[in-house]
Formats: sequence, C-alpha cells, structure tokens
Amino acid sequence: MSEYTPDTVPVKKPLSMQLDPARFEPATAEEKAQHDVMRESTTFFRDGMRRLFKNPLAVMSIVVLLLLLVTIFVAPMIVPYGYSEVIRVNGQRDRSLTNMRPFTYSVMEQEKLDAGEYVFPHIFGTDELGRDYFIRVIFGARVSLAVGFFASIIVLVIGLLYGSISGYVGGKTDIIMMRVVDVIYSLPDTLMVILLSVVLQQVLGDSLQGTALAALGNNMISMFIVFGLLYWVGMARLVRGQILSIKNNEYVLAARALGAGAGRIIRKHILPNCMSVIFISTALQIPSAIFTESFLSFIGLGVQAPMPSLGSLANMARGGMQIYPYKMLFPALGICLIVLSFNLLGDGLRDAFDPKLRR
Amino acid sequence: MLKYAIKRILLAIVTIFIISAITFFAMNAIPGGPFAKEKAPEPRIQAVLEERFNLDKPVGEQFFLYLRNLVQGDFGVSLKTGREISSTISSSFAISARLGGTAVLVALVFGLLFGSLAALRRGGWPDRMIIFFTTLFVAVPSFILATLLLLVFSFTLGWFKVWSITDPNYTLPVISLALYPMAYITRLTKSSMLDVLGQDYIRTARAKGISDQVVIAKHALRNALIPVVTYVGPLTAYILTGSLVVETVFTIGGLGTHFVTAINNRDYSMIMGTTIFLATLMVIMTLISDLLYKAIDPRISFD
Amino acid sequence: MSQTLLQVKDLHTIFPIESGEVRAVNGINFSLDRGKVLGIVGESGSGKSVTAYSILRILDNPGKISQGEILFEEEDIVRMPPGRIRQIRGDKISIIFQDPMTSLNPVFTVGNQLTEAIRLHTRRNRRQARERALEMLRLVGVNEPAKRLKQYPHQLSGGMRQRVMIAMAMACEPDILIADEPTTALDVTIQAQILELMLELKDKLGMSIIMITHDLGVIAEMCDEIIVMYAGRICERGTAEEIFYNPRHEYTKGLLRSIPKITVGHEKLTPIGGSPVDLLNMPSGCAFSARCDQAMKVCLTQQPEEIWVAKDHLASCWLNIRDGVRYEAGEGGGANG
Repeated sequence: MSEYTPDTVPVKKPLSMQLDPARFEPATAEEKAQHDVMRESTTFFRDGMRRLFKNPLAVMSIVVLLLLLVTIFVAPMIVPYGYSEVIRVNGQRDRSLTNMRPFTYSVMEQEKLDAGEYVFPHIFGTDELGRDYFIRVIFGARVSLAVGFFASIIVLVIGLLYGSISGYVGGKTDIIMMRVVDVIYSLPDTLMVILLSVVLQQVLGDSLQGTALAALGNNMISMFIVFGLLYWVGMARLVRGQILSIKNNEYVLAARALGAGAGRIIRKHILPNCMSVIFISTALQIPSAIFTESFLSFIGLGVQAPMPSLGSLANMARGGMQIYPYKMLFPALGICLIVLSFNLLGDGLRDAFDPKLRR
Repeated sequence: MLKYAIKRILLAIVTIFIISAITFFAMNAIPGGPFAKEKAPEPRIQAVLEERFNLDKPVGEQFFLYLRNLVQGDFGVSLKTGREISSTISSSFAISARLGGTAVLVALVFGLLFGSLAALRRGGWPDRMIIFFTTLFVAVPSFILATLLLLVFSFTLGWFKVWSITDPNYTLPVISLALYPMAYITRLTKSSMLDVLGQDYIRTARAKGISDQVVIAKHALRNALIPVVTYVGPLTAYILTGSLVVETVFTIGGLGTHFVTAINNRDYSMIMGTTIFLATLMVIMTLISDLLYKAIDPRISFD
Repeated sequence: MSQTLLQVKDLHTIFPIESGEVRAVNGINFSLDRGKVLGIVGESGSGKSVTAYSILRILDNPGKISQGEILFEEEDIVRMPPGRIRQIRGDKISIIFQDPMTSLNPVFTVGNQLTEAIRLHTRRNRRQARERALEMLRLVGVNEPAKRLKQYPHQLSGGMRQRVMIAMAMACEPDILIADEPTTALDVTIQAQILELMLELKDKLGMSIIMITHDLGVIAEMCDEIIVMYAGRICERGTAEEIFYNPRHEYTKGLLRSIPKITVGHEKLTPIGGSPVDLLNMPSGCAFSARCDQAMKVCLTQQPEEIWVAKDHLASCWLNIRDGVRYEAGEGGGANG
C-alpha cells in the first residue's frame, strides 16, 4: 500500500464499528505503566555474578574447587597417616607395605585386621618407601595450590603497584618504567626460572636452616623469588593499560568537570573498571603458576623431599610407571583437575563480566 | 619498515647480551664458583676448564672472553664429560629441531584449521566438539600428557616403539608437544575470526556483492591471522621448554635431555651454554614474529 | 520504464535469540521512485538501519526477514537466490555506511578495495578497473587520486574516507544508493560537502537515494519524502514541509519539540519522556503509547491504522480520528490493521 495519490479526493467515512468511541478516552497513568515493559537495572557486579552462575561449567568448576579445598583441609584430620611418615605396623617396619595397590593391606596389616583391629585403608595405596600415598597426594595438592596462590599474590601485588604508578604518573617515569618491563618481558621466562633455581639453590644453601622458611626448602623459596623477579611484568602491563585507557576516558573527564578529586576518581571510576580484568588475570595466573611449579618439580628443581607436590610426585612415579601406573595417575589427574577448574572459572568470569556481551 | 627492523634487531642483540650476562654472573654467584671443589671434576677436565674458561682471570674479563668465544661458536667443555659443548649442542639439536619443528607445524596448521571451522560453524556440533577438546587440552601440561601417552600407547598397547636413534618414531612426542599450543591457537583463531567477522568492513564487502567464500578467504582471514602471528614467539618458547620434558619422558636424545641431565648433574658449563643457546633461539623467533606482524598489519606505526 | 524502482511491502525482520525474538522491523511499507530521495528518520533502535540491510539482505546473523516482499525491477529480493542478490549488491543497489573508518578493510589499500567492486560487476581488466577507480575518485572530489589508490584507510581523513566509500558505491552506477547515516561520524562542515556531493551525483547519474538518519536537519534539506520510524513501524510519512509544519504523530511532535532553538530565550529542554521500547517484548497497541502524553485507551490495545491527514501525508495515530471522522483515500485504509 502506501502510494500517495495526491489527485484522489479524500472521502470522509464515518467511524466503522470496530472502533469503540469509549476507548478514545485518555489512558490513565496505571494503564500506561502496565503497558510499559522495562528492563530492570542492576549494578555491573550483580549482573556479572548472575551471568556467572548461569554458566554451568563455571558453577561446576567452583563446586569442584570448593570440594577440593574442603578435602584438602579435612583429609589430614581423618586420615591417620602423615605425609612423610613411613608407616609402621605396631611399631615395626613392614616390608610388604611398600608399593601397595589402592585399598589393599600389607601382610602385617592384614593380621591386625584379622585380629579385629581397625586399620585405616590406603585409599591410593602406598609409595616405594611405605608412605600412604593418599595423604601424600593430598598434601601435594595443598602445596601446589599454595604455591599457585602465593605466586599469584606476589605477581598481583608487584604488578599492580608498578603498573598503577607507571600508568597514573605518566610522563618520563612511565617511559623508563616501561622500558624496564620491556627488557624483563623479552627474557625467556622458563629458562631464567630454571637458571635462577639452580643458582639460588646453591646460593641459599644452608642459610635458611632453622628459619620458618626452611620447611619449604630452597627450591620453593627460589621459585617464589623468581616469580617475584620475573612474572609480574604481564600484570604490570595490564594494569598500566587499564589505567591509561580509563584515565583518558570521557567519564573521568566528566567527573573532573563536575569537581571530583583524584582520590574519588580513582576509587569510583578507575578501580571498579580495572577490577574485573585484574581479578580474572589473577585467577588465570594460578593454574599457570601451578604449571610452572609442576614443570620444575618434574625436572627436579621443585620442592625437596620429603615434601610432596603434585609435580614431584608425578616425577617420582615415572620410574615405576609400567608396574604401578596408579602412582602416576593420581597426581596427574590432580594437576589436570585443578588447572582445568581454574581455567573454566577464569573463562566463565571473563564471559560474565565482559560488558560487550551484555544481552 | 627497514628502520624498524634494524631497531628490533639491535634490541634482540642487546637482549641476548643481557641474558648471557645474567647467566654467566648467576653461575658465578654460586659459592665457591661453579667449577671448583665439590663438583670435583676429574683433574684432566679441571685443567681444560681452567684454560677454556680463563678461570685465572678476573670475573669481568672472564665474561668478555666467554662472549668472544661464544660468538665464534666455542661454548667451552662440559664439566662432567669434558666434551665440547658445541658439538653436543649441534648433534643433539638436530633431533630436537626435528621434533620441535614438526610440533610447531602441526600446532599451526591444525590450530588455524579448527579455529576457523569453529568460528564459521559457530554453535554447530563441530564448534561444540572443538570447544570441548580445546578446553580439555589447554589444561593438560605436556609432561603429564607425554607420560600418559607413553604409558597407554607404548607400554600398554604397544602401538609405538620406544624411541631410539636408529629407529626414531616422533609421533607420540610430537603429539605431546603440539597438543597444548594447537588448542591455544584454535581458540585464538576462533575468537579472532569471530571478532573480524563482526567488523563493519566485512559487511561492506558483502554489500559489494562479494561471495561469502571470498569474503572469508580474502577479507576475514588476513585480519584474523594477525593475533596468531604474534603468538609465534611464545609458541617457540613453549615448544623449546616443553621439549625438555618430552624428550626426557620419551628418552629422545635431543638437546632437552642433555639439558635436564646437566641440571641434575650440576654440570654448570653445560647449563650455561645450553641456556644461552636456547635463549638466543627464542629471542630470534620472537624477533621474526614481531617483524612478520608489522609486515602484515599496515596500521601499526613504525616505531 | 516504470517510475517505481523499489517497493517494500509489509516487511518484518526479526533477530531470534535465546530469550526470544527481537522484532526490529514490524510491518513496513514504502516505495521509491526513480530520481527521488526518500528519507527515513528515527532514533537508534527504530529499525531504520535494519530496514536498509534487509533490502540488500546483508543482515547480521541471526537476523532474517520473516515476512513481506521487497520488489525491485519485478523481482522479489526476499525470495531471490543468493547468486542473484549478489549481482544486485554493489551494482544495482549500493549502500554506504556510517563509520567509514571501520567500514573499510584496514589491511588493504584503497585502490584494492575500489577495483574489487569494479572488477566484480563489470568486465574490466585490472588496468581498466584502475582507470575507472581514478575516475570515481575524481568524481567524488578526492585530491591526488593516484596517490590515494596506494594508501591505506587509516592514512586518510574522515571526510576523504567517506568520499572513498561513496566512490566505491557509485563505481558501477547503481539505480539506488542507500546512505545509512553517512554524515553522523563527520564534522559539520564536511557533512555539508558530502550531502552536496550526493545530490550532485544523483542529478548527474539519475540515481535514487534512500537517506537514513536521525538528524532532522539533514532530512529537511535533501528529501522529497520522509518516513518517521519508531520501534520498527512507520509513525508518519509525508513531504518535508508537511512533516515539519504539520506533524500529526506525537512522536514526530516530540522529536521536533526537542530541537533546541537558539532564537527563543531561556527555554528548558523538552525531551521525550520514558525509555525506548523493548523490542523483545513488544507491547500490544501503539508502540509509542507508553511514552505518549495524549495516549488514549484504544492506543494501548489496538495498533493504529495509517490515516490520511493531508494530501501527501499519512500518520499512524488514533488521535487523528478523535473528532469522529477518518479520512481515507478511495482504495481503503491502513496497512497495519
């Protein structure tokens, strides 16, 4: 339809029956309100969290991680074996206790059972020295997670400080600071980690003996030092980038035009927008740190015996892999599970908080 | 462009210099020096070491002499065996290069392929499968994968024989090395491709009457490739460090195995030489990837 | 040769998504005659761009035309096979977009992108295509055309980029040029130049133009006929004079009222109250009713028909029959019943 026919004489037609004259009364405000379907507004954070929890994979990984954390905390309380404890039955060494399959008992333990006493089962069996493998894996998971966590914190703190100073101050300072970052960034990190671990291991030598840090072992300390020296640069760049882009954004300008001071601007405008990116980056740093730690342990530069980490357990299990495959399997699965969960969580967070994906 | 290339090359040289310095001085920070007492190399080796590494001179001078030697291809001798490090490197690196090179190719080719497929058939079952597998593989460290593959396919099923120099079989090692980067590149390509496909210029191309195939092959791909090219540097780094473990697990006599052995044996001269060699390689690959990137994307200003 | 080039009949375009269907275009009818300029005006989300993309069938996934016909030269574009529509794109019907920076491929030279269109639709070899490209660049007023051919989009200014876009669109001498907000991303002075250029080309090449914009000033200058859109429907249509001096739809009135006038002193800004319609959950009745001060009960439940309010002027608003009579053309009433 819709052809203008300017030559046609308009015809007046009386109102057809379909239109009820009474309906031509003005509509009331309530009628209009009912009519108006508006989207409810939420804050950025709430909206993001809502989207996160709608994501089944993200929810699943949160559940898995929580379960893992609970297990790690609770298991040592339930399982009566220590991670470095060579198990003795009734105070005696038991040859047959070594390299047992899961849920089997040694000769002497079987005797105990027959006698009516209770022997806590070896859920993952035992290792070559007669230590309960389950508790070792649990402890290894603890160590791996702790390493991942603390490494990420170190990276976060140093990177955040460095990056925000560089970004906010700008000018010459920024240029110099970024040059340093560029140099460090161009160093091949894993090689440097290996090198420095080798060196620090010798350098620290016995100097830490007797301190609280001694329990961690030189390798761990050197790993943390290396993380502190090298790995923060990615985060620093990220933070600086965020600060720069927001600093120049119109809404910051608008806030300043309205009279807001620097502190308020930082608090209300810059930080909340950086937060999600920084948070996600940190979350994804954890599996990367665990990767690195496992890698180092696998090469022999990781935690020192008797303290286990998932990577070192996997390494030690390599020798007897054909005969006792389960010894390899459990720590390997542990690593994969943790890393996978963090990755999925990180992905989920990224998807949930990405403003461009708003429905 | 030329000016930029020169600048980057100079930067690369500086980086290599810094790495060498760090390596050298770090080694020498070991109490008692790396070549002395408890490492107790045999007397004849000790003598050679003293000469080749100029241990009688002050540290600073040692460093410059070491650098001079490096540039000429002289890496010194191994602490433990007395062998020329450079010969160890050259013979074993051929093997590592074969392994690593194949892995890089596999990762790139399949990564680009699957990534593009996933982007183009978004939401369909190829995409879903690809998402599933890539998420999985990105979480499996290469050494875990390597040992699992070895266990299942070599030991249990016996499909692949264990590697030996006379009968080299690279299938399983390449898979172990390539799987993670392949998954990563797939995801990178997919997101990059999706990003590009949503751009206005793609719509312009369609509006001109260009067929969908040409739009993808010409307009989309060139732009989508850009992030992948920048990944080549980190890719090489990953392959090189990954090969350390993969070679160890599969008992392949490449440079990686020698490196790990050197670490375990505290063979410091070997560690030094190999580190610098591998690091130089990584820096060069990063340089190439940077230059390639600038060549493909005309938007970047040349400084 | 008939006067009517393009006829759009009862066009409905939707975007099916997880949570439902976004109804971007809900029953549009209009036609375009040879040599005329049709203006489509409306705010963001009114469906004007989607209408344009529907005509060329370059909707972004998952958009699709769910109903209606688009007749061009006796053929229905909606039902055309893909090969045929590709022949039309860039050749018979061309489109230029709002942001010339993002609409040009950054990794290819200007020359490459220009000759691509030319070689696709005409039988020219590379050299001839280049000649034609140079010719087009001169036509649109780009200086140093030979140099520009070798440059990349980011090396040109905004105005120049838009000229290149126009050159690209005009290279095959299309019958219809669709201009989707061509000047929104440009400075005001450049705006005037570009509009002038378009009118010049229209006269020179005998082209028709569909001008899409939210800028009432641009519309007033250029268009023979104006369509005002809201929520995917046409509120009102008529000549520029009619629309501006005798608006008969509350939305149009609101738009006109909200233009600040420099001459009158100390006036408060009068925006249109309320928020835009949620195209996912379209209300029954008139889409504008919730924001309309004069809404009546019937407005909330029944969609208005198109009502003649003057010789060249139709409005979809129940207020126009408040006095109990309705003006109709001989044929019969509205399209949106």
